[in-house]
Amino acid sequence: MVDPSWYLTLAALLFVIGMAGVMTRRNALIMFMSIELMLNAVNLTFVAGGIGYANPEGQLAVFFVLVVAAAEVVVGLAIVVSVFRRRRSVNVDDLSELKG
Amino acid sequence: MQELLFAMGAAGAVAGALTLILSRHPVYSALGMLGTLFSLGMLYVTLLAHFVAGVQIVVYAGAIMTMFLFVIMYVGIDETLDTKESLRFQRIGALAVIGGSVGVGLLLATSKLFDWTPGVTVEAPLPSAELLGEAGTVESIGRVLFGTQRVPGNLDSFEPSGWLLPFEVTSILLIVAAVGAVALAMGRPKRRGSDNG
Repeated sequence: MVDPSWYLTLAALLFVIGMAGVMTRRNALIMFMSIELMLNAVNLTFVAGGIGYANPEGQLAVFFVLVVAAAEVVVGLAIVVSVFRRRRSVNVDDLSELKG
Repeated sequence: MQELLFAMGAAGAVAGALTLILSRHPVYSALGMLGTLFSLGMLYVTLLAHFVAGVQIVVYAGAIMTMFLFVIMYVGIDETLDTKESLRFQRIGALAVIGGSVGVGLLLATSKLFDWTPGVTVEAPLPSAELLGEAGTVESIGRVLFGTQRVPGNLDSFEPSGWLLPFEVTSILLIVAAVGAVALAMGRPKRRGSDNG
């Protein structure tokens, strides 16, 4: 029988994969997508937990996470585009001007 | 049946996520992410969260990934981006940190140090559709969101839920994000005598 802990385990696995992506890739866009993956894993946790507790507010939390994620993607992609215009690169290792 | 659906969704989600972080080509990464998002949408349906499933497909798989693909096409595809490692031992260090935190998490989850059992048991089988009723539909989510849940036993009165103000604040957030994105992407206005506009 499938119980919510299966979903929680899957969400943890997806979160770890996203974390590995953020820490190992150097392409700003792929790092960004990995962050989205981590947000999605948390969404799955919210829904599975809400079902486990029979509480509809878990799904409401997903709605708010979704709105914040959409806003974050819009601003983040605009930053990536403007950095690319100036530097002709989306490699985060090239953005080291603040290095002391 | 439910096990089969969960296995399909989970396999799709993990495969897409691995494609996302392992492929050199950013477009393949985006397609892997898309597969993950669709698989998660299917898993939400198995959890009877129909509203979240629909929103997942429309907003994430539709809007957000389209924007990612636009930007990937705009900045071009540079497959040599990730071959050079400018911080030494970064990947090994990152994998060590991840492995260590996963190990500590598993250790804590299996140890008896903490009592993980919540007030309501999460290990119970998934509630059936009859038990949950309409918990995942747009109407029921809207009732929670706008505070029009019926007070039990009194059909004429509604109890407020407190989610209305956060919901309205999200609209401000979205407007600010849209205006900020436009301002960032337009760049600063060109001044005379400056060569980098």
